[in-house]
Amino acid sequence: MTAELSSGVELRSASSPVVLTRRHPLEGRRATLEALTGEPSITLEPLVSAVDLRVDPDGGAPEAIAAALGGTLPRSPDTWTELPDGVALRLGPDEWLLTSAAADPHRWEDRVDALAAPHGGMAVDVSAQRVGLRLHGPAARDLLAFGCSIDLRPTAFGRGRCAQTLFGQAAVLLVAHAEDDLRLHVRTSFAGYVVDRLVDTARSLRPTPA
Amino acid sequence: MSRVDGYGRIDRTRTLAFTFDGVGYTAHPGDTLASALLAHGVTTLGTSIRLGRPRGVMGAWTEDPGGLVQIEEPFPEPMLLATTVDVVDGLVARGVAGQGRLAEVADTARYDHRHVHCDVLVVGAGPAGLVAARTAARAGLDVVLVDDRPTPGGTLTGTETVDGRPAPEWVDAVVAELAAAPHVTHLQATTAFGHYDDGFVLALERRGEGSDGGARARDHRIRAGRVVVAAGAIERPIVFEDDDRPGVMLASAARDLLHRHGVLAGREVVVFTVDDSAYAAALDLRQAGASVRVLDGRSEVPPGWTRRCAELDVPVEAGTDVRGTLGSDRVRAALVGESRREVPCDLLLVSGGWNPTAHLFSHVGGPLRWDPELVAFRPAGELPRTTVVGAANGTYALADVLREAGGEDAPTAPPEEITPRGMLWRTAGDPARQFVDIARDATVADIARAVGAGMTSVEHVKRYTTIGTAHDQGKTSGVLASGVTAELLGRPVESLGTTTFRPPFTPVPFAALAGRDRGDLFDPVRTTAVHAWHVAAGAVFEDVGQWKRARHYPAPGEDMAAAVLRECAAVRGSVGIMDGSTLGKIDVRGPDAGVLLDHLYTNLMSTLKVGRVRYGVMCGNDGMVFDDGTVLRLAEDRFLVTTTTGNAAHVLDWMEEWLQTEWPHLRVRLTSVTEQWSIFAVAGPRSRDVVGRVFGDVDVSNDAFGFMTWQDTTLDGVPVRLARISFSGELAFEVSVDAWHAPDLWARLVAAGAEDGITPYGTETMHVLRAEKGYPIIGQDTDGTVTPHDLGMSWAVSKKKPDFVGKRSFARPVATDPQRKQLVSLLPTDATTTLPEGSQIVALPDDGRLPPPPVPMLGHVTSSYRSAALGRPFALALVAGGRDRVGEVVGIPVGDMLIAAQIGGTVLVDPEGARRDG
Repeated sequence: MTAELSSGVELRSASSPVVLTRRHPLEGRRATLEALTGEPSITLEPLVSAVDLRVDPDGGAPEAIAAALGGTLPRSPDTWTELPDGVALRLGPDEWLLTSAAADPHRWEDRVDALAAPHGGMAVDVSAQRVGLRLHGPAARDLLAFGCSIDLRPTAFGRGRCAQTLFGQAAVLLVAHAEDDLRLHVRTSFAGYVVDRLVDTARSLRPTPA
Repeated sequence: MSRVDGYGRIDRTRTLAFTFDGVGYTAHPGDTLASALLAHGVTTLGTSIRLGRPRGVMGAWTEDPGGLVQIEEPFPEPMLLATTVDVVDGLVARGVAGQGRLAEVADTARYDHRHVHCDVLVVGAGPAGLVAARTAARAGLDVVLVDDRPTPGGTLTGTETVDGRPAPEWVDAVVAELAAAPHVTHLQATTAFGHYDDGFVLALERRGEGSDGGARARDHRIRAGRVVVAAGAIERPIVFEDDDRPGVMLASAARDLLHRHGVLAGREVVVFTVDDSAYAAALDLRQAGASVRVLDGRSEVPPGWTRRCAELDVPVEAGTDVRGTLGSDRVRAALVGESRREVPCDLLLVSGGWNPTAHLFSHVGGPLRWDPELVAFRPAGELPRTTVVGAANGTYALADVLREAGGEDAPTAPPEEITPRGMLWRTAGDPARQFVDIARDATVADIARAVGAGMTSVEHVKRYTTIGTAHDQGKTSGVLASGVTAELLGRPVESLGTTTFRPPFTPVPFAALAGRDRGDLFDPVRTTAVHAWHVAAGAVFEDVGQWKRARHYPAPGEDMAAAVLRECAAVRGSVGIMDGSTLGKIDVRGPDAGVLLDHLYTNLMSTLKVGRVRYGVMCGNDGMVFDDGTVLRLAEDRFLVTTTTGNAAHVLDWMEEWLQTEWPHLRVRLTSVTEQWSIFAVAGPRSRDVVGRVFGDVDVSNDAFGFMTWQDTTLDGVPVRLARISFSGELAFEVSVDAWHAPDLWARLVAAGAEDGITPYGTETMHVLRAEKGYPIIGQDTDGTVTPHDLGMSWAVSKKKPDFVGKRSFARPVATDPQRKQLVSLLPTDATTTLPEGSQIVALPDDGRLPPPPVPMLGHVTSSYRSAALGRPFALALVAGGRDRVGEVVGIPVGDMLIAAQIGGTVLVDPEGARRDG
């Protein structure tokens, strides 16, 4: 066999190895999103480190971990708070998603894990498990309403709220930053479907430019 | 032309062209197909489903049982009501002979769903709904107002007075106020068709043929704090002989046609009624130029109406009835009274009273009760979050409607005269020609047959006669059927009740229910981080669960068989690489992680040493295999479990269920990391060279890196995990990396393998290679009735553990029956036939021919392939008592042939396992 696949795909030669680089899972759809006109804009969020923190909510553990991280952890499920370089989303009674734009994924896992361990808790690296999208514009909530059944009225889902729900048939994590600014996190294997459905919806709602 | 000047809300300045049954007609914006055809004097639209009798428009809207049409353009749709089809330029329609025809071309229009949340949903924009919506809006609530007609106002004809001003002015003012109010959504042409628990209502918005890519129809999924049903009422006909003849119409329909569309449906009109409301229709039609005669079935006629009739030269006869009609395609005379006196007419209007449209109240369990004064079933009792107002609640007089819906700031209307209503289901005549359900050709004789057969429930009568099961769901015929049944049984109608109202209120296109879930978005497509590479490499994909997995990578001119043989030979001869990232992955952490896994796997996991890998089988309570995979012990308190691709979510749910409901004391937490980690299988005798080349600092020798162990390393600073796991029997490594770096690492491995001719291989090759080694695929070689022992995997079932899920079931006698189906291999003796998967296996008779049935089945083929290594086809099969039959030759019917095949052990390639360590 040669370095060329029989099906015609050119393979990189061993003499010039690719240096392992982070690839955004939705890189292939970036151009489609940028070409969308009108609002809301749909943009790819930068890749960030993330851990799934599991710890007993009672007994002071969340407060202690939050203090060590220099922020707060949300006190009730389906809400989020800010961390120094990320966010803390409460996904369930004993489950949080903690992100960091600064820390390396493995360091972030080690750090949070070390903070949780004394309380019988643990952190698992899920940085590459999900990918984030930002929906920005006055029609952001309306766009989501075409695939998402939860109450997205600003009074019910204002800044500080988050929710695990479905968009179309895919599980997503919605995060409200402002009335016109929402983030959608989705497992990477479903991300292509979610973007395609968002784009399909957005195009059908916007008048075709003449 | 029966269009009258000065009437109707159509735009006469514009003309639309359409065709019906091949003839060209004109219409105006605001016309329905029914109003436009009636304007041209077309009264017969088609023929009935069973008897082929002429059918025409009898109602004004969705209650019409008669006016079904087939639409051809703009898009073929069968069985629509002409009364509900808006005329658009270029519309092509034809009448139907009972049934329409589904489109044979794909529907390219869009349909979608929209979720809506509100405090109050008001259904109906007639006077009651408008007032209710206004009241809620003034209270600052989120309001959604839906109405199924194109324009608001309900049954207001324009002749009424509200708050001292003409009704249309009042309607416009309320609509403007709602439009200006924040948090009010007002949708016309939107039918609330189903009401479910907790204020959930489905409503279909008909949006027409959008030119901007918008949806043709939109399904609004409304979740409301409170639902106000202001859906009005539907007039009820009276049954008499030949009451199905075109030209027989509900009085309200003729009135609606006049005021909405400016169409006078007849010139010589007979009105047959037992209710005051038909007098209004009679007077309106008279004033529009028709000659009108009223026949009132009651002995006492309403004095006020009678006086007004006299002023306009409309004769009123009391205490008489219509017994039948004459005519061919259209009515030409009514047969009146005992003497069946012929009264010439071209339009016979009927009113037997009104049925409140309480469907949305009834959908959620709201009870209906007979009201003798109303002569109708009306809502009775309270529902927590549903209110019924106006005619839907049996409140008909406009002043009362406004007061009921509006509370303190309700508008006012002049009082109305009301005389006692009559109860009349049918007049005397031949029951076989008295049509109850015109859409179903069902008559009083049919009900009599049902009653004669002993049926006393209206639900049974409905199913026996099919009354109420057509497109209109019995909007005019349902209560009539109750009344007629009651008469035939000699019981009061209140003791029978009505049949249950169920969604949908009106027919809903399947395309609207599907919404956006069609085409590429029908089901989520899950892809791995390396998907783009597979696409570029020309992979043919197969669906595994929702995943797209590369099945094979055909070279130009290769079919699947050739590609798979080439890929198999490459793995057994040199090295191949496969994307295994779709495997489910679960991080199991905590001091009791080993205990949990011991409970759930059939074999021991807690004894696994850190750094090692073990294959495990999971069974259900019934002892049947439901998943398998590898378990890596990452630390004393941490395991990484892999599951089969299609079963990942189910396995995680299963583990969580046991953990949360049975063993909540265990200190373990489960995290899905399926997408976090990409896994590539590098398999084949040269895999050690390739992996060693990429990870220079790892000693990949067998002594340093043994089978079923794993090691962590880094590449360019990125953590990578290597494991010696083989699903092919070959020397093999699994390479895991976080999904962000997966595309580059894949490229590195492929590049590093170039000198060894590394060959990407797909799931089909994986299946062949594992089958050659007798490794089962759970879900292909098993079907939920197969134990680990049946698969020859008794070694994977612990005898030491006191308990695990499924253990108790293994003690049942049936689990040890030697005649259980067991996994074996089959080698067709002709060495050329690839047995179709799923083929049955029978004993091979001496003459080699399939005997006549019944032929006892011994089992079936579960997997079947051509093997590059064996140079022949082979199969795996579940065969009764299979392991005791090794060496036997059995028969497999394939087409007309009975193929002979020899039963063997499951490991066909390298039974000594010499290839595993390279």
